[in-house]
Amino acid sequence: MTGAVSSYIDERTSISGFVKLMGRKVFPDHWSFMLGEVALWCFVIILVTGTFLTFFFQASMAEVVYEGSYTPLKGLEMSAAMASTLDISFDVRGGLLVRQIHHWAALLFIASIMLHMARVFFTGAFRKPRELNWVIGFVMWILAMGEGFTGYSLPDDLLSGNGLRIIDGLIKGIPVVGTWISYLLFGGEFPGTQIIGRLYTLHILLLPALLVALVGLHMVFLIVHKHTQFPGPGRTNDNVVGYPILPVYGAKMGGTFFIVFGVIVAIAALFAINPIWNYGPYDPSPVSAGTQPDWYIGFADGALRLVPPGWEFVLFDTWTVSMNILAPIIAITIWIVAVMFYPFIEQWITGDRREHHLADRPRNVPTRTAIGVAGIVYYGAMFVAASSDLIATHFKMSMENVIHILQFTLIAGPFIAYFITKRICLALQKKDRELVLHGYESGRIVRLPGGEFIEVHQPLDEYERWRLVDFNDYKPLMVRPNSRGQINPLERVRAGLSRWFFEDRIAPVTAGELARAHDGHDSGSTHANELATAGQGVGGPPHTNP
Amino acid sequence: MSSPRRRPSRRRGRRSPLATIALIALGLVFTGSGYAAFSAVSAGDTAVAVSQESVERGQKLFAANCATCHGMSLEGTEAGPTLIGVGAASVDFQVGTGRMPLANTGPQAPEKPNLFSEEDVQAMADYVASVSPGPGLPEEEYLQTTGDATRGAELFRINCAMCHNVAGAGGALTEGKYAPSLKGTSAKHIYEAMVTGPQNMPVFSDANLTPEDKRDIITALKYQEETPAPGGFELGALGPVAEGLFAWIFGLGAIVALTVWITARAN
Repeated sequence: MTGAVSSYIDERTSISGFVKLMGRKVFPDHWSFMLGEVALWCFVIILVTGTFLTFFFQASMAEVVYEGSYTPLKGLEMSAAMASTLDISFDVRGGLLVRQIHHWAALLFIASIMLHMARVFFTGAFRKPRELNWVIGFVMWILAMGEGFTGYSLPDDLLSGNGLRIIDGLIKGIPVVGTWISYLLFGGEFPGTQIIGRLYTLHILLLPALLVALVGLHMVFLIVHKHTQFPGPGRTNDNVVGYPILPVYGAKMGGTFFIVFGVIVAIAALFAINPIWNYGPYDPSPVSAGTQPDWYIGFADGALRLVPPGWEFVLFDTWTVSMNILAPIIAITIWIVAVMFYPFIEQWITGDRREHHLADRPRNVPTRTAIGVAGIVYYGAMFVAASSDLIATHFKMSMENVIHILQFTLIAGPFIAYFITKRICLALQKKDRELVLHGYESGRIVRLPGGEFIEVHQPLDEYERWRLVDFNDYKPLMVRPNSRGQINPLERVRAGLSRWFFEDRIAPVTAGELARAHDGHDSGSTHANELATAGQGVGGPPHTNP
Repeated sequence: MSSPRRRPSRRRGRRSPLATIALIALGLVFTGSGYAAFSAVSAGDTAVAVSQESVERGQKLFAANCATCHGMSLEGTEAGPTLIGVGAASVDFQVGTGRMPLANTGPQAPEKPNLFSEEDVQAMADYVASVSPGPGLPEEEYLQTTGDATRGAELFRINCAMCHNVAGAGGALTEGKYAPSLKGTSAKHIYEAMVTGPQNMPVFSDANLTPEDKRDIITALKYQEETPAPGGFELGALGPVAEGLFAWIFGLGAIVALTVWITARAN
C-alpha cells in the first residue's frame, strides 16, 4: 500500500531523487545546534495558534460596551479589539489557552532566536560562506521583535496602549520628520482610531509573510552551506560528521517539535500571561506601576530609563532637540548595526577569506568571545534597566541607585566584561595546552631509582587531544604597501585592529612540542621548559595537526 | 466582606429618596471631618461615643509606645511628626497594620505584624481623636464588597494604579520608597489609607472620591483578590518582567535541557 502510494506520487512528481538527496543529508550532533530549530518550531506554533485567534479577534477601535462574562469590566466602554480579546479569553472555548500559548510561544520564539544567534556568534559560524545567512537571521530577529510588538499592542488594553504611547513619543522625538511620521502612522493625533487595524495588517499579513520567506531562504542556505561542526577526530573543513536526516534527524526534528509544543502548552495551561482583564481598556490617563514591554523590547524601554535627566535642549530658540529620546535611539542603533555587520567587520580585520565549516570553541578566539560578552553586557544593562522599578522594590533598593548602577554598567561594564572574558579565554587555552602536553594529573607519585619523586601524568587519548589542538592560529596582519608602493592609511587602521584582535593568543600545540613533551617524562627538569613554551604571546612554528 | 458572591452592580438612582438624603448627610459629615483634618481648621468633633476609660488607657499606651517620637501631647518631635488632627482613622491604620510603632528609621515604615490587641489600637485611636478632631473610623456600610466592581476597577486604574499597579501588586517610588502590595489588606485599612494618606500616599478626600467611590474600589480590589486568577498562576501579577524572566529561566531552560537530552548519545 505504502509502496503503491509512493510510486504514484513519484511517477507524477519525481520527488524520490529529492527525498534521497535530502534523506542522506548529514547533520552534526550538538545540543546548541538545535536552538534554531526550537525557534522554527516556536514560529510554527505561533502561526497555528495565531490563525485560531484571527477567527475571533476584531481589529477595530470602534467603541462598544462590554457585555461578556468578566464581571469587573461589564458595562464598560472599550474598543472592539479589547472586547473581542476579552471574549476570546472568557467566552470562546479554549480561547484563553490558545491566547496564552500564542503569547508564551512568542516570548520563547525570540528568546530562542537570540540564544541561537549567540551560539552562531560565539562559535564563529557566521564566517564565510555563512555571512549572508547571519544577515538573514538578523533581519528575522528584527521582524520577530516587530511581530511581538504589534501583537502586544493589538488587545488595546491599558498596558499595550501605554507601550504604543512610548513608541509614539520615540517617533515624535525624531527631529523634523518625527511628528509627521507619527501622524501618518496613527492617522492623526495619538491614539486615533486607525492604529489597531494597521498593526493587525502588519501582524498577520506583512511580517509573517516576510518571516516565512526568510525562514525558507535561511533553510536553503543551511542546506547549501551544510551545518558547521565542532572539531573532533575525523572532522575536517571538508566533511560533516553526524547522522543522516532519514531516519535519525527527521525523527529528532519531529520529536523536538512535539517537545517544544508540549513545554509551551504546559506553561500556557499553568501560568497566566498578559492578563488584560486586570489592565482594563486603554485610556490615555492612567499608567500602571510595573508598565513594561514584553522582554524583547525591554532593552529599548531600559535605554529610555537610563538617560540622565535634562539632556534635551533648544536650538536657536526654535527647535527642541530631545536628546533624552535621541540618545537611547542612538545607543540602540549602534548596537544593532554592530550585530548586523559583525561578520564583515571581523573578516576585514582578520583578513581571513577562507571558508570555515569547523565551529570555533569560544575560548580559541578570545577577542571575539570577549567582544560578544561585552555586547551582551551592554544589551543586558539596558534590558535590566527596563525592570528598574521591580528591582528596587524586590531587592529593597532605591530606584535612583538601581539606575545609577546600571548607567555605570552600560558604560563601563562592556570594557570590564571584555577584559575579564579575554583573560578567562586565555587561561582556558593555557589549561588546554597544559592538558595536551602533560595529560591529567593522576595523583600517583613515583619514586625514581635515583631518589627523585615525580607525579605520573595520564596522557589524553587521541580523540580528546584532537579536540583541543584542532584550531586555527592567526597572526596579526602586517602592513603591506599596495601595488603602487604606498601604504594606505586605512591599511594602517586595519593592521592596528588586527594586532588588537590577535596580539594575545595561545598557539595550538604542535606535533613537535607534543613529541618533546612525551620524551621529557624521565627527567623532571623539562617541566619548566614546557611551561615556558606554553606562555602567552609565543608565535610558535606553523601549526600542523598531530 | 459579607459573602464572596458578587451581586450585580447597583445602579445609582435606584435607592429610596431617604437613602439619598442619608448618604448626602453622611457625605457631608465625612467631607466636613476630612476638611477639618487636613486644613487644620477645627470643624467639630467626629468621634462618636468614646468612653473616658478607653481614652485614659489609650493615653497610657501612647505614652509608653508612641510619645518618644510624637511627643507627650502629640506635638511631635524631631523624630516624628505631630499627631494633632490625624484622627482615629490614621491611628487605626498605622498601628493596625503594624507600621507604627516604627522598628527603625528608613525610607518608609514597612508593614509588619501588629503587636497590639484590637482594644489597645482602639484605645490609642480614641485618645488621639480625643485630643483634637480628625477623620474617624470608616462606617461599616462603606466597607462592604457590594459596590460596583466595574466602576471601582476604573477608579482604581485612574487614581491608584500608577503606584500600586493595576492588580494592586505594588510598585516602586523614588528614594527607596514604595507603594505596597494591597493583597491581604483589609477593607477597613484600605478605606483608612485613602482617607488619611499615610506616608507617601496622597489623601483621597471625600470630595475627590466619595465614600461610595471608595466602597466601589474596595469591592473591585476584593473581587480581584478573592476570585481565582482566570489564566492560572499569576507570577505575582507583576506584568511582563515576571513573564519574561519565567520564559527565559523555566521555559527556555526546560527546552535547552530537552535539546541536550535529544542530542545525547546513547551509551
